[in-house]
Amino acid sequence: MRRILPSLLLHALLVIGAVLTLAPLVWMVCASLMPSGDANTFPPPFFPRRVTFEHYRDLLTRLNLARSFFNSVLITLLATLGSVIVVSMAGYAFAKLRFRGRDPLFRGLSLALVVPAQVGMLPLFLLLRELGLVNTYAGAIIPYLASVFGIFMVRQYVLSLPDELLDAARVDGAGEWRIFRTIVVPVIRPILVTLAAFTFLSAWNDFMWPLIVLTDGSKYTLPVALANLSGEHVQDTELMMAGSVITTLPALLVFLAFQRIYVRGILAGSLKG
Amino acid sequence: MPPVIERQEARAGRLFLLPAVGLIAVFFVLPLLGGLALSFTDFDIYAVGNPKLIRFVGLHNYAAALQSHDFWRALKNTFYFVVVGGPLSVIVSLVSALLLNAPAVRLRSLFRTVYFAPVVTTLVAVAVVWRYLYHPHYGFVNQLLGALGINPIDWLGNPTWSMPAIVLLSVWKNFGYNMLIFLAGLQTIPDELYEAAAIDGAGAWSKFWHVTFPGLAPTFLFVGVTTMIIQFQLFAEPYVMTQGGPLGATRSVVLLMYEEGFRWWRMGMGAAIAFILLVITLAGALVQIRLQRRTT
Repeated sequence: MRRILPSLLLHALLVIGAVLTLAPLVWMVCASLMPSGDANTFPPPFFPRRVTFEHYRDLLTRLNLARSFFNSVLITLLATLGSVIVVSMAGYAFAKLRFRGRDPLFRGLSLALVVPAQVGMLPLFLLLRELGLVNTYAGAIIPYLASVFGIFMVRQYVLSLPDELLDAARVDGAGEWRIFRTIVVPVIRPILVTLAAFTFLSAWNDFMWPLIVLTDGSKYTLPVALANLSGEHVQDTELMMAGSVITTLPALLVFLAFQRIYVRGILAGSLKG
Repeated sequence: MPPVIERQEARAGRLFLLPAVGLIAVFFVLPLLGGLALSFTDFDIYAVGNPKLIRFVGLHNYAAALQSHDFWRALKNTFYFVVVGGPLSVIVSLVSALLLNAPAVRLRSLFRTVYFAPVVTTLVAVAVVWRYLYHPHYGFVNQLLGALGINPIDWLGNPTWSMPAIVLLSVWKNFGYNMLIFLAGLQTIPDELYEAAAIDGAGAWSKFWHVTFPGLAPTFLFVGVTTMIIQFQLFAEPYVMTQGGPLGATRSVVLLMYEEGFRWWRMGMGAAIAFILLVITLAGALVQIRLQRRTT
């Protein structure tokens, strides 16, 4: 009895915590399936009495959320692909390629970790305006391409590769690019997948930068389009919940698919950070 | 290594770094320096059309910000979010990590996934969801409180409750992140320390206070500094849920900067606000590092 009771209490607490954590997300899905107006009846129902997909149809056709979905997918995929290429090369170079000035450069870069991105956002907008990149996909992906956090993560992983492996390839006459492509990339693939999952989720979920740089409705990403819609459709609870599901479900699915890989990235960042 | 190969390696190193360093220099360092310069000018909507109209105004923007009621209100709101929301979210993270770390827990990875799920949701989407959860009549937050006999609260319409409402949303959204980091920190504490404490007759509380707590010191510093830096950047929650209202009760410093820059096109003023925030953030990080050094 003295051992069962604490265990029962412990699990009761964990279950209460899990219910409170999941309830907002479950309600979001339930309300998105209710006919218009049902969520605002008294007492408010948690589960739909009747299921309808009309709000999803409405959002994707009449309200043009399909376009925003496409924009989000395109921007997120380009950002992820670009960041994996740029960051893996930099992380490898900082870890393994010996040249003068490398370590001071790396220390300088670490200062960037404590500067919030918002500090440079107004001038970055003005700069992109000069370059003609405002309201373009290229402008939207720029901040994700060279993540300092990502460079740290990849460098840390590459440091554990034995130098002998690379030096042997050099003595055999392999060029540096070939060494990177055929020896380094296959070995560091796990951390590159982690990096890709990280970039994907941060680009997909990001709000402030796309809000600033994408000025035209046809270029909006899902979070920007959703924030915009929520201003016009305050009363349409069920419609807004369907919009929230469309916006956040892909992120949740990607997380569930890459869960272990993603968690490893967080822990790598914290233990070495 | 023959010098030819060493030279080749050094050249490759510079080339490999070029894309990342180039991007960071042009799109991060340059805007940062540009922003500092901008903050000393009167760059406004007229200057957007004609850059010749920009004038150097010295510290005028900083002085004007520090004399403005709106700025102090935004700073106060942001401090509230950092000072109340930060520790609250760290406590929830720590408690959930301790619960999950108990040896008797079944289905540990399932609970961990559930607690972590809000972290990966889209902030704008869940802010929209919580806006309805906070509805005075139909929202489930008031339904839950009503079941406990508490009268309905107009969460987002009442200046007293709107900031706590945003704090609550943010704790729900973010506690899973630091929970994972605490869980990893707990793994690094050697079992022998607990065994030694048990032999000395230590109870559960004493073990927590004398073994777990000191063992987590480095984790606390990391969690404290990163959480604070992120909390200072509060923006999307008030933008989506309250637009900074009611009566400016939820306007954060970053939201004020956004409005100055992109609603009123007072870029000089917006840049000055950004740099004040940067200085405060760095000072906060240094204070935490100092405090931690002194106590350990």
